Amino acid sequence: MSIMQYNGGSVIAMKGKECVAIASDLRLGNQALTISCNHEKIFPVSDRVYYGLAGLATDVDTMRQRLRYRVNMYTIKEEREIEPETFARLTSSALYEHRFGPMFVEPVIAGLSKTPSGGVEPFIAAADLIGCLNFAKDFVVAGTASDKLYGVAEGLWEPDLEADDLFETISQTLLNAVDRDAYSGWGAIVHVITKDKVITRKLRGRMD
Amino acid sequence: MDILFGLCGKGFVILAGDTTVAHSIVKMKNDEDKIKTLGPHLAMAYSGEPGDTIQFAEYIERNLRLDQIRNVHERRPEASASWIRSSLASSLRSRRPYSVNILVGGFDISSAAIVEGQEELGGTPKLYWLDYLGTKVEVPFGAHGYGSYFALSLLDRYHDPNASVEEAMGTLKRCIDEVSKRLVVSPSKYKAKIIDKDGVRDIEIPV
Repeated sequence: MSIMQYNGGSVIAMKGKECVAIASDLRLGNQALTISCNHEKIFPVSDRVYYGLAGLATDVDTMRQRLRYRVNMYTIKEEREIEPETFARLTSSALYEHRFGPMFVEPVIAGLSKTPSGGVEPFIAAADLIGCLNFAKDFVVAGTASDKLYGVAEGLWEPDLEADDLFETISQTLLNAVDRDAYSGWGAIVHVITKDKVITRKLRGRMD
Repeated sequence: MDILFGLCGKGFVILAGDTTVAHSIVKMKNDEDKIKTLGPHLAMAYSGEPGDTIQFAEYIERNLRLDQIRNVHERRPEASASWIRSSLASSLRSRRPYSVNILVGGFDISSAAIVEGQEELGGTPKLYWLDYLGTKVEVPFGAHGYGSYFALSLLDRYHDPNASVEEAMGTLKRCIDEVSKRLVVSPSKYKAKIIDKDGVRDIEIPV
């Protein structure tokens, strides 16, 4: 088994109409043995940029600390909040620094970028463990249930979903995908990022 | 293979570990204390590669002691556990990593950790599960070694976060008995420590 599957866990992000959603499961395991059922994998960068890290839990912690450091340095130097796309590039370069001895994490980034006209544009991206970015216009997935997530998301997602419909879509996608994966599950957490607020909800999945 | 247990109750954490030191098929020792006191309200139970465990545990112990001498305020359990985690994580990518698994038990006495309506407890009990990779997770109960395969499902059923010390020791006894009953090479003796507002002390496991 690959080291990427050692702790289990999955993350997904979806675009909506002037909103984005990012969600993850809550399991942390030691191979097939579940250690914790309340392990969050999604972290805020600002109130309109969130990112999730799927993969080896120790590297998730380490990457989170490194990214926090880099974002803080960026914010101090630039005297403004980081844009989601900039954050994606920053994540990518942080991962590529370890090209020949990588951190075993796959990031998923979701945020709202500012348009010149003053509006907001939904942004999502994902990368592999060495920082190869994937900018998608619909959804991005990562983790042990990624193959199932692709399947369900392909069937459920549609363009221009409103915030509450997007919440329903991402929740159903995630719950149904992780139910078919032994290494993910035990409930989920969903963040829907809209223009004026972030809605965070914890979901109870199959607890078996 | 060492066995460690840890569980939180109402206003305390209990850490327990077996006391055997084995070399291959031979028991070398039967009274080894695998729980180190790291501070006034902090202790850790450790297991893993024999040489590494003691070396790493002493490194952590002395560094946290130095931190205690340097600073006026007591380091909170979360901060201590995070520091132990980063030590393990940086060791993982070194030439020869420490192979040590740890349970950190602490009692947070800072004013932020005093729960409203439960001031008499004097803080919040904290338990962290860490493995040799540097995985850190806060848990209500945890276990390391072969014991985890028996005890975790048992604790899922019987663990009570509001248990008294007597009840929690009863639950711990259940875990130990289950391991003795089902594990082929089960250890005969265990030592336990309790951490609460009064500090860290040994506690007798009921027979």
